[in-house]
Amino acid sequence: MTIDAQTFAGQRSHDEAFSAVNKEQLQRRHQIGKVFELLSIASIMVGMLFLIVLLVDVFIDALPWLRPQLFTEFPSRFPERAGLRSALQGTLWLISLTALFSFPIGIGAAIYLEEYAPKNWFTQFIEVNIANLAGVPSIIYGLLGLGLFVRSFGLGRTLMAGALTMALLVMPVVIVASREAIRAVPSSIRQAAYGLGATRWQVVWSHVLPMSFGGILTGTILALSRAIGETAPLITIGALTFIAFDPRGPFDIFTVLPIQIFNWVSLPQKEFHDLAAAGIVVLLVVLLSMNALAIYLRSRFQQRW
Amino acid sequence: MSISLDIKRSKREKSISADGYPESVALEVRNLNVYYGPFKAVKDVTMDIYARRITAMIGPSGCGKSTVLRCFNRMNDLIPGARVEGEVNLHGQNIYAPDVDPVEVRRRIGMVFQKPNPFPKSIYENIAWGARINGYKGNMDDLVEESLRAAALWDEVKDKLRQNAYSLSGGQQQRLCIARAIAVRPEIILMDEPCSALDPIATLRIEELMRELVENYTIVIVTHNMQQASRVADYTAFFMVDDSRTGYLVEYGESEQIFTRPKDKRTEDYITGRFG
Repeated sequence: MTIDAQTFAGQRSHDEAFSAVNKEQLQRRHQIGKVFELLSIASIMVGMLFLIVLLVDVFIDALPWLRPQLFTEFPSRFPERAGLRSALQGTLWLISLTALFSFPIGIGAAIYLEEYAPKNWFTQFIEVNIANLAGVPSIIYGLLGLGLFVRSFGLGRTLMAGALTMALLVMPVVIVASREAIRAVPSSIRQAAYGLGATRWQVVWSHVLPMSFGGILTGTILALSRAIGETAPLITIGALTFIAFDPRGPFDIFTVLPIQIFNWVSLPQKEFHDLAAAGIVVLLVVLLSMNALAIYLRSRFQQRW
Repeated sequence: MSISLDIKRSKREKSISADGYPESVALEVRNLNVYYGPFKAVKDVTMDIYARRITAMIGPSGCGKSTVLRCFNRMNDLIPGARVEGEVNLHGQNIYAPDVDPVEVRRRIGMVFQKPNPFPKSIYENIAWGARINGYKGNMDDLVEESLRAAALWDEVKDKLRQNAYSLSGGQQQRLCIARAIAVRPEIILMDEPCSALDPIATLRIEELMRELVENYTIVIVTHNMQQASRVADYTAFFMVDDSRTGYLVEYGESEQIFTRPKDKRTEDYITGRFG
């Protein structure tokens, strides 16, 4: 009885202490929340607005030039006869070859670092350097490609040299993305497999790789979609701007979309500027389809565990 | 296979259990010390694990019972910095001898983990995978059925063997993990708190299953649950942790004796709930 009364009295005094500030203070808290929300909306709007303005502007310029000839014609000094046939093919060749080189090597490196490498200073040294490589300006890779692939390996200004350079460029990103995907595989799965008498290779091949494949693929495609827009390293290794034939294979000289766009923009005629806009639209479409593929693959391979 | 663990079983030691029957030793643990880097996790454990019996390891958190269990099939090898001294003898062969392949040890001494951890594959494939990687050449369908039956899961899953294992309930998943362990025909099954993630009914089913399995297998179980140890285990080992956080074996004997007439004061304090 007395205890009840005491508790009740204590409860009341608490209520009084709070109720004095309650209304006003609560309103202020809500106001601060509202201000923060509006600031956040404003932040996203800045980015969205610029993107929309950019896209609309490009589309308006590009629209008259988005016609079949754009894809069937080679570059020309007459805008009405100019197209990006060789550049689009060059880009597709380059990206496929880059994927071919960077995907297996990148996954291999990621598997080694995650599953095999001992945790010592040397591994750490490698890890730090991979992270650093991801931040190296792309033109440095271009210079490396020029010295190594174009000159030392004697590949010349070919697709092969370009793809190898690009592979070096995207490799750090592929490795980092693959490592993250591999690390996301719960260790309980590895333990279960080891507990059955599996060798390390069997664990990796049957469980770790299939379970991380979606993430690896997504990371690789996103890395490649970065490479697709790269211009500097390819200009450095000497990809040409005027290619009036289809590339016949990996050892042919080539050009790519960004270089073609750059070339058109640097010409004086207004028509070429609009052609460049059309080129940008094509580049965007290629890029967005790659990202869409990445999203599709991610959802396709998504696993529950 | 580097060295055969199939050494004649004559080396088994004999001891006499309370009911008068001789026990054969499945696993001989001698002066086991475990270190994680400079930290000594377990000191000087010596015990015999008896064949076709359930041995429970109990003790407060951090007493090293799970660490000891993981030494029995060299799972500690997977932890960087872990080091094991002493001997764990399987049929007289020290599984820590330099010429013994831990992969082969783990096939012969299986493990069931705390949280059910089926592979994100079909129920069938969960069972078949272990057998396949170990070179099983027989009829896989038969093996899958046999293993699922042994784990008392067959009737519940026989119509959905191709479904993902994650469609099963937690208790079913844990029995699937037991079936998966059985499928590679181990001699010993180690269970690391196999029921701690399960509800009481699922727990009871696993306990019943353990009693059935012990007809053919040696089972070592780590548990936090003393009732569980007293219900299912033939033998119980009580571990404790000293001031430097190193675990050690206090008392080991038949469960009935440990839980009713403990010889050590510390065991008595623990089982009567005075600490831990």
